[in-house]
Amino acid sequence: MDLEEAKEFRERCTQCAAVSWGLTDEGKYYCTSCHNVTERSKEVINTGAIPNTKIQAINRGLKRKRKLEKGWDWYVCEGFQQILYQQAEALKTLGVGPELKNEVLHNFWKRYLQKSKQAYCKNPIYTSGRKATVLEDNPSHSDWDSEPDLLSDFSCPSFVESGTDSQPDGHTPKPFPISKVSQSETASICSGSLDGVEYSLRKEKEIVKMTMPRTLAFCYLSLLWQRETITLSDLLRFVEEGHIPYINAFQHFPEEMKLYGRDKGIFAIESWPTYEDIYKKVIEIAKFLDLPRFPDITEDSYLHPNILCMKYLMEVNLPDEMNDLTCQVVKMTGIGEVDFLTFDPIAKMAKTVKYDVQAVAVIVVVLKLLFLLDDNLEWTLSNIAEKYNEKNKEDKPWFDFRKWYQVMKKSIDEKKQKWEEARAKYLWKSEKPLYHSSIDRAVVYKRREMVVSLQKQFSALVDSAPTVEKKSPSSFQFNWTEGDSARTCFHGHGLQGILKKKGQSLTTKNSLYWLSTQKFCRSYCKHVTTYEESNFSLSYQFIINLFSFLLRIKTSSLHEEVSLIEKILFKRKYGKTKKKSRSRKGRKY
Amino acid sequence: MSDFSEELIRSKTEDDKEESCVFSGTGMSFPWLQKHIGTVETGGKKEKDFAQTTSACLGFIQEALLKHQWQQAADYMHSYFQILEDSDSHKRQAAPEIIWKLGSEILFYHPKSSVETFNTFADRMKNIGVMNYLKISLQHALYLLHHGMLEDANRNLSFHCTYIPHLLYPFILQLLDYREVVHEDDYAYNTASQNMFDHSWKTSVNLRALIQTPGVWDPFVKSYVEMLEFYGDQDGAREVLTNYAYDEKFPSNPNAHIYLYNFLKREKAPREKLISVLKILYQIVPSHKLMLEFHRLLRKSEKEDHHKLGLEVLFGVLDFAGCTKNITAWKYLAKYLRQTLMGNHLAWVQEEWKTRKNWWPSFHFSSFWAKSDWKEDKALACEKALVAGILLGKGCRYFRFISKQDDQVLRKKIKQIKKSVKKHSVVNPGL
Repeated sequence: MDLEEAKEFRERCTQCAAVSWGLTDEGKYYCTSCHNVTERSKEVINTGAIPNTKIQAINRGLKRKRKLEKGWDWYVCEGFQQILYQQAEALKTLGVGPELKNEVLHNFWKRYLQKSKQAYCKNPIYTSGRKATVLEDNPSHSDWDSEPDLLSDFSCPSFVESGTDSQPDGHTPKPFPISKVSQSETASICSGSLDGVEYSLRKEKEIVKMTMPRTLAFCYLSLLWQRETITLSDLLRFVEEGHIPYINAFQHFPEEMKLYGRDKGIFAIESWPTYEDIYKKVIEIAKFLDLPRFPDITEDSYLHPNILCMKYLMEVNLPDEMNDLTCQVVKMTGIGEVDFLTFDPIAKMAKTVKYDVQAVAVIVVVLKLLFLLDDNLEWTLSNIAEKYNEKNKEDKPWFDFRKWYQVMKKSIDEKKQKWEEARAKYLWKSEKPLYHSSIDRAVVYKRREMVVSLQKQFSALVDSAPTVEKKSPSSFQFNWTEGDSARTCFHGHGLQGILKKKGQSLTTKNSLYWLSTQKFCRSYCKHVTTYEESNFSLSYQFIINLFSFLLRIKTSSLHEEVSLIEKILFKRKYGKTKKKSRSRKGRKY
Repeated sequence: MSDFSEELIRSKTEDDKEESCVFSGTGMSFPWLQKHIGTVETGGKKEKDFAQTTSACLGFIQEALLKHQWQQAADYMHSYFQILEDSDSHKRQAAPEIIWKLGSEILFYHPKSSVETFNTFADRMKNIGVMNYLKISLQHALYLLHHGMLEDANRNLSFHCTYIPHLLYPFILQLLDYREVVHEDDYAYNTASQNMFDHSWKTSVNLRALIQTPGVWDPFVKSYVEMLEFYGDQDGAREVLTNYAYDEKFPSNPNAHIYLYNFLKREKAPREKLISVLKILYQIVPSHKLMLEFHRLLRKSEKEDHHKLGLEVLFGVLDFAGCTKNITAWKYLAKYLRQTLMGNHLAWVQEEWKTRKNWWPSFHFSSFWAKSDWKEDKALACEKALVAGILLGKGCRYFRFISKQDDQVLRKKIKQIKKSVKKHSVVNPGL
């Protein structure tokens, strides 16, 4: 119907001889005076080597009728862009500076598109094939109906473009297997996006394909670049709590971006992101994007272990005085050095520090130093502390491990229970159902209707005052305040009971230590150590469980990190003997 | 220190393992391996968290149901419905049944639920799958019956009855059981529900046709016959039962004969007839409790072979472990042995005893049994003692034990027993 686009067509109408053409929804020319529809469809006439991106395509808003539903033409990477945009907005709401969205993330994303040859480059690719066969970025390619020639070209070994531009740089066209994408509307493989099917089949080794988990990796990279006060575990927890769009993020696409078929596999994710997985992807993407060394993480950045330790100590209700000890450990192991902490993807062995896990591991080490955690000493020390506290009610109380354990156990059990219940009740499916093809569309809609009506019926039976816990997002999962008699706050408690004077400085009363790992694995597996719970004391297990729940990581990951810290701390021991080591640690105040 | 480390230990066993470990012989653990092993079942694909959610949800629902926390159960149920949209087709197909079972349970007990809610729910679930349709209809009818809404239940069923009757019969079974078990004594209820069935069944010819096809249709036959009797169609009833019992095409079914027998008894049929029916039952199930009744009939009969058979039957009953403590059986045997011996039919007794004398003594008459029976039921012990004495002579352990017992009440009886044994003992001192 767009006369503008049809004005290039200059033939005379066979029936009325007028030259006045319009375009039908299918892209065929029709005469506006006699409404005679021709079989000629709009061909590409003006191509122009515009290095335009798909983002521009969506801005242009091609309103051609698509296969199953009316809507825009969009590409999968545009979809991801939408999602990243939503996530950046959410981060902004959480208090992150706007530069993250406007500059950092945007630039990362542009770089990604460039590197993956999807846009911002001379010859973006988007057809399948083993080798990068290059097509001009031609929006009309989307309209399969109008380009039957294109497909017929696939059969010949030398590829000839239908557009005006021939292929420039030496990408020699090679014969490649044809992707059998049926043209018919009732194709069993189809997708709302233009390249959904092809995207999901694409398997190039050098290119990192964008997936939903990788959107979070992008977010984290941006956060890290900006040195924001959100760690990876915080980020993932916000996702879990729904403050950052991830599951069903596609529901917020503009109305015209229709999603179905293969898009479902790409955008509708049905698993929570895990720390270990996203961490790997962060490194992978940073390497792929050839990013330079990130801004330095210095002693005053939030991600520095000194500060993170303090944060976690507060969160877990441990005394502030322990902070000195954590700083000591950080200093001795050298993990507070700028070069160690800063992420450098170009470095030979690119790895980034798991800032949160490391901080927590340091705390575990400190607890081991103070209390040994052998199911014995900690309780003995607690007895002493209790006795002292009984007698001296006016003074600053000594930290009593037993009491702390009681309080924390109760709190963590409650939290865990709630977390499990929330997980069990989580509604995964989007309100607007996703279907695979026109065949199962009706079925899928019906099912959705059924589920909704059943849910309505049962929600009437549930208490009318539902515990709507849309918590406001917070960095802290636990909050402890002084003076709350129900839940003791241990922040202000003293460590005198477990430290003793040694000359000018204080040292721990406990002079023993046991290593979490006796020997590190050197083989090809990715794990340096394993964590077999029954080999360790119950107190240690409790501590590990507590912190791994806090960060939502696997206990084995935390254990591994603890072991790695100990490896640095006790390197002499690891070098020489294989027996369990004893060590005396001197603390200087 | 003790209490809290104990608490730690206790809590350890209560806590869920964050990651289950695969144990190898050397005590190493490979938590990451467990994950891969878990995927063997799913064909290599890692279980999605969606599946984790639904299975956790199911666990919570079941827990809530066990604890009768209907509110909670409804809350979790609300979330569980999403399994109907599971991309895994197996789970999706199995879902309606689970949902129906759990949902109907919740709606049955939840204080806020009503018959309308249940009806709506049932109607919705019925529309999910054809196979579920009938099952749910039946259970729906049961629910309505339970709430005394016979009319609705009737309407429910009769609609289906005319529609797809041959599919319904297995389901009617359940309904019948329910009716019998729960409302046996409620005459009014019975007649009302009877009417309900009559309305549906009387005009249905198919039921008769069904019973004529070989198979085991016990409850149908029973009810059908009841119905026929109720309407006075004795001949029809007799015909059905006779057919059911004697038609060779039907599998051998003791119940058929029992039904027939009971019917004939009600009809007050001649003894001969009754005996002939029970004879067949005797051949199929010699240990049936009706055998005692059979024995009585035989005893009262005038024919001699019947008397002989009567003895056989009694011995046959007591061959089975289930009847060893049946005092009636022993009483009969004791009495009948005396009667038989007095009637000079020693040969019969010997014939019966021939096959049994090797194992009956330890089976019935060991000293263990003597002590145990005496402790449990002295009357039983006495009867057995008499039989033992007659068959094994007064030297047998059982008899000796009992005769030595000194009991106020039974002293006279024991004396009598001693006398009888002396008189009638089969045992030949020379043997």
